[in-house]
Amino acid sequence: MSQLINSILILLVLTGFMLLSSSRLAACIRAIAIQGVLLGILAIAVQGRQLSMAGVLLPLSSAMVKGFVLPWMLLRAMREADTVREVEPLISYNLSIIAGTAALGLSLWLGHRLQLSSQLASSLLVPAAFFTSLVGMIVIASRRKALTQVLGYLALENGVYAFGAAVALRLPILVELGILLDVFVGVFVMGIAIFHISREFNHIDADKLQALTDRL
Amino acid sequence: MLSGSILPLILAVMLAPLMQAVITRTKSVMAGRVGQPLLQPYWDLLKLLRKGAVYSNTTTWIFQMGPAVGLASVILAMALVPFGGLSAPFAFSGDFVLIAYLMGLGRFFTVLAALDTGSSFEGMGASREVTFSALAEPALFLGLAALARQTGLLSLSPVLAAISTVTWMHAAPILSLTLAGLIIVFLAENARIPVDDPTTHLELTMIHEVMVLDHSGPDFAMIQYGAALKMWLFAAIIIGVAAPWHLGNRLIDLGAALGAMLVLGIAAGIIESSMARLRLLRVPQLLLVAIVLSALALAL
Repeated sequence: MSQLINSILILLVLTGFMLLSSSRLAACIRAIAIQGVLLGILAIAVQGRQLSMAGVLLPLSSAMVKGFVLPWMLLRAMREADTVREVEPLISYNLSIIAGTAALGLSLWLGHRLQLSSQLASSLLVPAAFFTSLVGMIVIASRRKALTQVLGYLALENGVYAFGAAVALRLPILVELGILLDVFVGVFVMGIAIFHISREFNHIDADKLQALTDRL
Repeated sequence: MLSGSILPLILAVMLAPLMQAVITRTKSVMAGRVGQPLLQPYWDLLKLLRKGAVYSNTTTWIFQMGPAVGLASVILAMALVPFGGLSAPFAFSGDFVLIAYLMGLGRFFTVLAALDTGSSFEGMGASREVTFSALAEPALFLGLAALARQTGLLSLSPVLAAISTVTWMHAAPILSLTLAGLIIVFLAENARIPVDDPTTHLELTMIHEVMVLDHSGPDFAMIQYGAALKMWLFAAIIIGVAAPWHLGNRLIDLGAALGAMLVLGIAAGIIESSMARLRLLRVPQLLLVAIVLSALALAL
């Protein structure tokens, strides 16, 4: 079982690097989708033998939403905003990968430093969760488009979800559903906002949004 | 320190050009052509050896030494690489550092020879070669270090002997990460697609071929043969990790390893036929990914 968990976590880290290094928006959205599905499997795998109905259905629904519904919405937003398909980062892809490596080192160090009260299914869980969140922050900070900021936000959320799967085996159902709904609505609203921004200004370049002040 | 068997070295010396022929044949079949005979690389080498060499007046002794040093260093490195369950002729603690730097020495002299011609075209190729190999080297080192850490041994022959199907059972993620990194290094170091196209000769995009444009006759034969051996060397390391069957029977183990080499050759051919060359600017990114994969394997 720990083999499976470790493999999922390594794949999670690799999708993080995929998100940092791909130049195509569609590939980045796909990376986030893969992360969503991986996290669903992870949440089931960490429960080991004490599986319950809710313990399977919740991760499955979360995987459905994050792996299929959200990517579909984002792809649609991308198509309708008629945006350039390139990511156009502020820093080069090589620098992004190097930043990712630094983030990985930091997360591994933090993972070893943290004293957790509960027993974890794998020593990699905490570093992988930290890393996914850090990748989300890097993406938010270093990418130009509104759409990639949504992707960064989703990666951040995925990291938090992975951490939750690591330490709290049983979150109340209501809380989990609430988080899922939040994310869903969040991305829904952002999708609409992106569409409107691009219709109004002919681009979704977040750099130029500073002109949107009251002083005008 | 003589240990193991001389057989891996003999097999490499005999069969290395055949592996290139397998890749070429796979590419031909994928493209719907019949392809050249499997022994063609040997005939090419013989033909080149019978010819005379032409030396430009601007070149010095370095230019003539380049191919010889390149071939010699790769043969020396080959003497440290095990194959198919057989230990290499020589094995000592830390020998993979020597392997990496013997290849570095060979590359250094190839680059010097290219610069010695005074051709700006070859200088460009030399510059690209050193840029990319500077990135491929950490990936190779980290990958080998990950293997060493996994097995707790510091010499290539015992390390590859220690990796078995049991190791794969309990460390599959680490080994597959290392393997992915090593395969990228394999493609980059041997100037294959997606890093470099070994069949181009007249484009400004090539890397390895452009450095050896001025070599002719026996010198060029040495370079071609050295390239074949280098490919065999990387392939042997990859096979040692990917196909670690140690059944005890030497003949079967050796046959399995040769079969795995054939599969790797066909796989490389399929990769080459199904992918385009990467833009030069994207190559460092691919190599960085290889470094990250190997570093991840080491850190876990």
